[in-house]
Amino acid sequence: MTLFLEQLLNGLQYGVMLFLLAAGLTLIFGIMGIINLTHGSIYMIGAYAGTYVANLTGSFYLGFPAALAAVGLTGVAVEFLVVRRLYQRDHLDQVLATFALILIFNQLVTLIFGRPPLYATTPAILDGSVEVLPGLFYPLYRMAIIGVGLLVAFGLYVIIHKTRLGMLVRAGATNREMVRALGVDIRLLYTAVFGLGALLAGLAGFMAGPVLAVQVGMGEQILITTFVVVVVGGVGSIRGAFFASLLIGVVDTLMQAYLPGLFRQIVIGPDADALGAGLSSMGIYVLMAIVLLIRPGGLFIAHG
Amino acid sequence: MRTVELSAPIVEAQGKGRRIVAIAVVAAGLLALPSLAEVSGNQAFTSLATRMLIFGIAAASLNLVLGYGGLVSFGHAAFFGIGGYTVGIIAQASQSGGLVLGVFPPTNQFLVVLLLAIVVSGVAAAIIGALSLRTSGVQFIMITLAFAQMVFFLFVSLKVYGGSDGMSIRSPGVFLDLNLRDRNTMYYIVLIAAGAVAFLYWRIVHSRFGRALIGLRQSERRMAAMGVPAYRYRLVAFVISGMGVGLAGALMATFMRYVSPDMLAWTGSGELMIMIILGGVGTLAGPFVGAALLVLLESWLSSWTEDWQLGVGLILLVVVLFTHGGLRGLYMQLAGKSR
Repeated sequence: MTLFLEQLLNGLQYGVMLFLLAAGLTLIFGIMGIINLTHGSIYMIGAYAGTYVANLTGSFYLGFPAALAAVGLTGVAVEFLVVRRLYQRDHLDQVLATFALILIFNQLVTLIFGRPPLYATTPAILDGSVEVLPGLFYPLYRMAIIGVGLLVAFGLYVIIHKTRLGMLVRAGATNREMVRALGVDIRLLYTAVFGLGALLAGLAGFMAGPVLAVQVGMGEQILITTFVVVVVGGVGSIRGAFFASLLIGVVDTLMQAYLPGLFRQIVIGPDADALGAGLSSMGIYVLMAIVLLIRPGGLFIAHG
Repeated sequence: MRTVELSAPIVEAQGKGRRIVAIAVVAAGLLALPSLAEVSGNQAFTSLATRMLIFGIAAASLNLVLGYGGLVSFGHAAFFGIGGYTVGIIAQASQSGGLVLGVFPPTNQFLVVLLLAIVVSGVAAAIIGALSLRTSGVQFIMITLAFAQMVFFLFVSLKVYGGSDGMSIRSPGVFLDLNLRDRNTMYYIVLIAAGAVAFLYWRIVHSRFGRALIGLRQSERRMAAMGVPAYRYRLVAFVISGMGVGLAGALMATFMRYVSPDMLAWTGSGELMIMIILGGVGTLAGPFVGAALLVLLESWLSSWTEDWQLGVGLILLVVVLFTHGGLRGLYMQLAGKSR
């Protein structure tokens, strides 16, 4: 039971991480109509910049401003130089242009930081475990990630439902043309949304450092999962992204944890582990296919 | 947004003579390529050309749904891998004297294996297409990607077929008295396949079916009003496209004598799209030209620097952002200014 709860917490932690990425991605798609494959690269850049500065200065907290500054600059540069030219293009051009950016960013990061992965250290204050329930110890750092993720989710909720910017964002996700017709400076809104998305992705990347390896290619792995989240949750819907993130995070973690064991009991032979691991990696894609076939617009549809 | 090519038949009639000459020159060049490579001492170039042609087949097949049908599939690497694994799995059973999937007796006849690869890819495309085509737009892109990822993880987990290491194919099979290990023989086989595929797509695009497919891209509502069943037409195109990519995968597996999940990686789907956009979306020769360019570019840049992806990325970015319709578009832009 404690093991199951621990896996559940792991799933939650993975889920809030996915949410930090999915929130930006779903807004960028819902409001700007852009398929942005670069989001994974921005996550990677946040991880590299933050971890590098944290290792250099010895202070984990200095990594935050470094990561956010790096991804903020990258995000604005990408929006200004590339994405701005893609609004009027079709999906194919968007996919290919941002795919090109993935190749470029991966190579640039390799050139700057080298091929071996960077090692990120957990800050001393968050090192160690906390007893969540009697007998259930959980790493403090992962708890902190869950906390930050939920805090960001709450902050986004407030921004989107209580501020003027949020009102424009909601309006933009519902009917882009109408917002423009009403005289809103849509370009500024686009840059704001893209920048916000980049900041959240960079934050996720930096926080992922001590849990995962900081290496080239980390962005693509999580990017594809994030797309699954966005599509399952319903493109353009923050609420959908939140619930879909937690769902995908928990489902994926639980399947990775328990499916191989289950297979060992059904399939006899040395291949059971590999088969179980492979099939559990397929799990979220199967889930996505099922959701799309039942509700082609995703679970929470933002568009009319 | 791409413009409607209403004037295509007129342009075709004007350029027909020139086109026949161009096709003859290209065909002669391709036929003579191995001899030329041998004379000039660049025998490795024949292998490079074989790779170009194989990717050309794959890109041209994807272009049928992507360029003509307007369906952005991000999962065609799945069919490339399925075609390749069909060859690999049959070869493995043939070598060990076992049965394929524990049921079917294996064969070492190259043509039969190739045909089976096409059929298996077609069945896979029918299943994936039937489900994916219920969605459209970004959901279609993502669901095709999701299916490709499923196939990728399936083969990674199948230790019987090498898992993530893949498996090598010791015998490339039997075809008449030809030695399939010979680089020139393989080149000509691939060349014939590429020619057949190009001819087939030319026929398809100019058939009623092809016109309806293009019409569906331009306006689904109008075609529906004319009584064209959109879903069925798109599904047929998707299956043909999957079979073509499967053929390319089977040829690649035979040529490399090796299959691995790398053939199924999602970046492979991206590369096929790059080839199409480099050569020109929705044209017959474009994907072949684009495939040749990308293979050449990758091999040239990788011999020159370890960071070849940077170059490919920059070129791709410039092509997407600033030329409308790849190199063909660039050519048209430059040539069209005087018109």
